Amino acid sequence: MRSSKSKQRGRKQKPAPSIPTGSLLAIESFSPEEISSLLKQSAAMQSQLEKSPASRRQLTNTLAGRRVALLFYEASTRTRVSFEFAAKNLGAVTTVVHAAASSIEKGESLVDTGYTIEATGAEAIVMRHPSSGAAQLMAHYLKVPVINAGDGMHEHPTQALLDAYTMLRHKKSLRGLRVLIVGDIFHSRVARSNAQLLSKMGAHVTLCGPNELLPELAATLAPGIELQRDIDAALKTADVIMMLRVQKERLSGLNLNIEDYIRDYQLTQDRMRNAKPDAIVMHPGPMIRGMEITAEVADGPQSVIVEQVANGVPVRMAVLARALGARK
Amino acid sequence: MTNQQERPLLIRGGHVIDPAANTDAKMDVLLRDGRVAEIAPSGTIVAKYAEVFDATGLTVAPGLIDIHVHLRQPGQEYKETIATGTAAAAAGGFTSVCCMPNTVPVNDNPEINAWIQAPERGAIVNVFPIAAATVGSMGVRLTDFAALKNSGAVGFTDDGKPILHDDIMRASFQAATKLGVPVIQHAEDTRLTGGCSMNLGPTSFRLGLRGMSIEAESGIVERDIRLARETGGHLHVAHLSTKKALDTVRRAKQDGVHVTCEVTPHHFTLIDEYVGEYDTNFKMNPPLRGTADRDAMLEGLLEGSIDAVATDHAPHALHEKQQEFDRAPMGITGLETALAITLQVLHHHRKVPLKQIIELLSSNPAKLVGLKGRGTLSPGAHADVTIFDPNKKWKFETQDSRSKSKNTPFDGWDFTGAVTATIVSGKVVYHRDRANR
Repeated sequence: MRSSKSKQRGRKQKPAPSIPTGSLLAIESFSPEEISSLLKQSAAMQSQLEKSPASRRQLTNTLAGRRVALLFYEASTRTRVSFEFAAKNLGAVTTVVHAAASSIEKGESLVDTGYTIEATGAEAIVMRHPSSGAAQLMAHYLKVPVINAGDGMHEHPTQALLDAYTMLRHKKSLRGLRVLIVGDIFHSRVARSNAQLLSKMGAHVTLCGPNELLPELAATLAPGIELQRDIDAALKTADVIMMLRVQKERLSGLNLNIEDYIRDYQLTQDRMRNAKPDAIVMHPGPMIRGMEITAEVADGPQSVIVEQVANGVPVRMAVLARALGARK
Repeated sequence: MTNQQERPLLIRGGHVIDPAANTDAKMDVLLRDGRVAEIAPSGTIVAKYAEVFDATGLTVAPGLIDIHVHLRQPGQEYKETIATGTAAAAAGGFTSVCCMPNTVPVNDNPEINAWIQAPERGAIVNVFPIAAATVGSMGVRLTDFAALKNSGAVGFTDDGKPILHDDIMRASFQAATKLGVPVIQHAEDTRLTGGCSMNLGPTSFRLGLRGMSIEAESGIVERDIRLARETGGHLHVAHLSTKKALDTVRRAKQDGVHVTCEVTPHHFTLIDEYVGEYDTNFKMNPPLRGTADRDAMLEGLLEGSIDAVATDHAPHALHEKQQEFDRAPMGITGLETALAITLQVLHHHRKVPLKQIIELLSSNPAKLVGLKGRGTLSPGAHADVTIFDPNKKWKFETQDSRSKSKNTPFDGWDFTGAVTATIVSGKVVYHRDRANR
């Protein structure tokens, strides 16, 4: 498709209908089998990382010398760092491109930036972008696989995978698991990816938050999703409690009173007394202590928040191996 | 566009449908000196020196009129020009188009208005400008309605930048009413739609896109109807897209308010789900709505509460549409597919008689913007004729489009019903068999 501009009238100008093999754009288009297989791969990666220095070294043969570009149009700490370490653990060569320090600032289009990165020899592109659908757009025009590291309010598939992976380290199955996601659902790509993944894997998903951040439409996201406005009621049955950040930067135009929000939805130790003793507390980060969650709960015995970050590495190793392995 | 030197043209053997004259029969039509000279039962017109157009098996209609197009000139010639836009219009069977004022600069004064209509622009169909209601379409100060009308404007609008202030809208009605022309409103409460790029619904939620609510349209329609009632002005609602707004229009009509409305082919054919995985050729404003609204548009057309079909032809260059969905401009082309879609959806699927189709695409639009001697084939009328084959099967391919831009969701669609020839002022400006495809 890239040549469509130079070809004469008579070529179809629509993006090619297929996306490059190995791409990971959205959980929505993934099957439960593909999800299970990636989760299994992640576990294999982790055990090989932890077994011995020798097995860890051996991993670097997996993608030795392969080139991975990390294209970030939006700020990121954990996603960027864990993708970079994941790639390096597998022996890949990485380069990080930040929108603010590249030709993107000069007005280059997303697709042209993609062509440029591809032309320099990148074999996979990991990208984060503030526009929903940006990864999809890129994948339509490129030949190399595109891995979505978060696109606007749409999806953040590797986060949902690492969340599921973390749940499985504490719970025996996703099927039948009761997962409560609390907070700014509307603006959250993490919530969308998690709702899609958990619904596909047979978990019970309850979304919780005020109307401004959780419109009734959210129930249409995936089969079997429930909405609950009362966090205390919802906490009682949850096996997993996932707190989301209120995205202040996206709130323009909404009438949301922060004090009301804290009163009604903050996860406190007091509230945690309602929860099951074996419920785990998760947060995709970045976390604002004192806002959606108190420090006591974030650092408390039921919290697996730090472990989530750590699990990002083996999960992203599995995703990269799939992306680049599939092209051989 | 008169052509005194041309030979008369006799359109012979076709089925003439002229709703304004209540004609629906096999007739011959003689065009001479840019006018309809004679219309009579087939075989009865004697015209020795006339060129003959054999219309056997075809439908002969008064030239189609599109009251909502964006020709992008002056200022955005990379998207479309008056020449390329009118070429697309001719290929789509339109003999007249009304062009919106959101050019660069905005058509808010008689100089630009006259420039658009100058022969040097190379229009091959009639172009009637709709001028800006406020200077620069900024919604603050009214333009000189009388001077703009005298220089050829047939209506007033700030299309794309809806007039939100009551006083400005009221003043627009008052100025337009004195001149007997409509105020055309793109009904969107832009205070409610910031950052929105599609319809609010399950699809927008799933895709993580901000959605425009139904109320953002219907609220403005309700307000405008109140002001039309108050001033006695003629409100024309552009590209209506929601059941709620249509219900409001229907009630106002019953109450005797002078309100008319148009709907685009895409709003009575497509739904928001078709945005699929962020296809920007399905992004326009108003956005594609859900099934209930789409079906309400069909019902409105069937029962006659919608007055006209108009395209909102809105060309954009490939590089503009090849962007992130929320950054890509809104709008799709439509001149070359409007008749085919209308025939397919309304005539073939919903059994709407051709007479009603021609009312929606010709006689009603002519009345709406006061085009005298158009939208009919009565003797003395302008010799603007559209000849089409309602049963001809064809495939629309953007590569064949005459528009400079190819941003249409209908690429590759199969249609039943095709334009055979378009005649403007007695001259064939498009013929399917002679088209250089």
